[in-house]
Amino acid sequence: MRSPVSTLSLSLIGLVALLVMPWLVTSEYYINIASQIAIAAILALSLNLLVGWGGMISLGHAAYLGVAAYLSIYLTTQAGFGHLTGALIAIGATTGLAMIFGYLALRASGLGFLMITLALGQILWGVAYRWSSLTGGDNGLGGLKRPHPFGLNLMDPTTFYYFVLVFLGIALLCMARFMQSGLGQSLQGTRDQPRRMHALGYNVWLIQWLSFVFAGFWGAVAGLLYAYYNQFVSPQALHLTTSAETLLMVIAGGTGTLLGPVVGAALVVILKNVVSAYITRWLILLGVIFVVIVLFMPEGLVPGARRVLRALKNSPHTDKDADVSSIVRDRTQ
Amino acid sequence: MNFWIIQGLNGLAFGSLLFILASGFSLIFGLMRIVNLSHGAYFMLGAYVGLSAIEAGVNFWIAILIGGGAICILGTVIERFILRRLTGQPLAQVLVTLGIAFIIADTCVWIWTGDPRPVPMPHELAGAFRISHLAFPIYRLFVIGVAFVLAAALWFLLERSRLGAMIRAGVDDLTMARAMGIRTSLLFSVVFCLGSALAGAGGVLAGPILSVYPGLDTDMLPLALVVVILGGVGSLLGAFVGSLIIGFIYSYGQALFPDLAYMILFLPMVLVLTLRPTGLFGKQAF
Repeated sequence: MRSPVSTLSLSLIGLVALLVMPWLVTSEYYINIASQIAIAAILALSLNLLVGWGGMISLGHAAYLGVAAYLSIYLTTQAGFGHLTGALIAIGATTGLAMIFGYLALRASGLGFLMITLALGQILWGVAYRWSSLTGGDNGLGGLKRPHPFGLNLMDPTTFYYFVLVFLGIALLCMARFMQSGLGQSLQGTRDQPRRMHALGYNVWLIQWLSFVFAGFWGAVAGLLYAYYNQFVSPQALHLTTSAETLLMVIAGGTGTLLGPVVGAALVVILKNVVSAYITRWLILLGVIFVVIVLFMPEGLVPGARRVLRALKNSPHTDKDADVSSIVRDRTQ
Repeated sequence: MNFWIIQGLNGLAFGSLLFILASGFSLIFGLMRIVNLSHGAYFMLGAYVGLSAIEAGVNFWIAILIGGGAICILGTVIERFILRRLTGQPLAQVLVTLGIAFIIADTCVWIWTGDPRPVPMPHELAGAFRISHLAFPIYRLFVIGVAFVLAAALWFLLERSRLGAMIRAGVDDLTMARAMGIRTSLLFSVVFCLGSALAGAGGVLAGPILSVYPGLDTDMLPLALVVVILGGVGSLLGAFVGSLIIGFIYSYGQALFPDLAYMILFLPMVLVLTLRPTGLFGKQAF
């Protein structure tokens, strides 16, 4: 870990860069990609809460993105709700779903938790895919107009970018605040020493459940922004590949850090856009990245690449300390 | 009345296919603590390999062997050269199998394109079995028979053979089994190989009923997960009962409320996880 001062200055530089980006880059294409990154970063931040700080590997996090997106579009375009009420109901209902899913998934831990989240997520995907009278099936739902909050024209890519950036900023502040709060601290305790925390009188289940619901809430916020950005949602938003991409963002940036998921989101979104421009085989690449990361860079892409570069430059000795437990702490032993 | 009998048999046939897939998945998970997320992809790849074999003029029965054999080899290679390097890191193993599942799935689209492909039925099993005015496809009855024979064979292997005793010892307490001189690494290879072969052969067997299409893997994998959550970890009986329950629910659900067939799958999960988180026949929590 670097000293707090340099972390702070780096964050400030990053913030300024994000703010002036639209002046330097005038192409709408890149500004839209930046918006995509910001939305993906919010989702990755919320998953990082579970994976990095809670040690709970979820493979069903796309559920909150997808459900919030479906709900907000359905409520505003078909059920006749206004933008604000539609958005609030969508986020509220999705958070309620997280309460139920959290209750079910936390009946198990470790691999069982992963299996249950995956199964629940894929069942939702199946519902979205098959229940076509409600969800439009494979064609998805569209026709959503971006709202005009406070007279802002969100159809303009730059305005929308700033709009999303505000949410990302709030999400980062919330995550930082959460990390320092009693709940966040005890969540890290339950990750490292669940039994000891239990013996100390902490309600491990409640701590994990509350964190799960909090993560679900931020997943829902990301889903709402996703719906506004695309003005369309299809079952793909709920699919296992979306959950896996989000997990990759968290792992790639280095888990359990505040800014890691943002870096990871940028990496994955840019890579996906670049690759898709040349070949149609994104899924193979996604799979290969997973295998390579786990086998060769278990501590995450960014620190891993740094280590590999250092090893190439310097001595032939390699450190064997790095194992996957440094990114995904195992609780299954 | 006829509706309930026919759909019941359909559910039994689908549950049988599910059992062929889930029994291997459950055994691998129970013994090795590996959640093999490639299992659905093995099933699909097996079906595609079998289909290509049939299209090349091979007999259906040989095609099942080819599909099962190909996936058995693939699974053994993956176990030996990738999963074994990650021993003791269950979450790393899960992520690798997930990555492999994506690679296999996309490679299948590449090779066999995105169109659904029906696997031709063996002609000796074509046609329907009739009792008075009820007709039921013979092939589905055959699949049900295969699953019951497989269940009996696996039961015999696990409960009555030396190898099975070693596997059960490993499921119950791996460290102790190793201390008793059981070569657990060999055991792992055998079980992973067997599970992969079952997935591959099951895929070919399912071909004439489900046909093969991109997404077959992610359709089947969650069902196998639900079966294991329902039945309990590493329990053969659990996998069998769980498969039949899901088979029935899915089949009746699809006939009665086609929109909601998937939604109904929540129900058994909610019930089991709330009332009995170890699964119906599981001894240990996940």
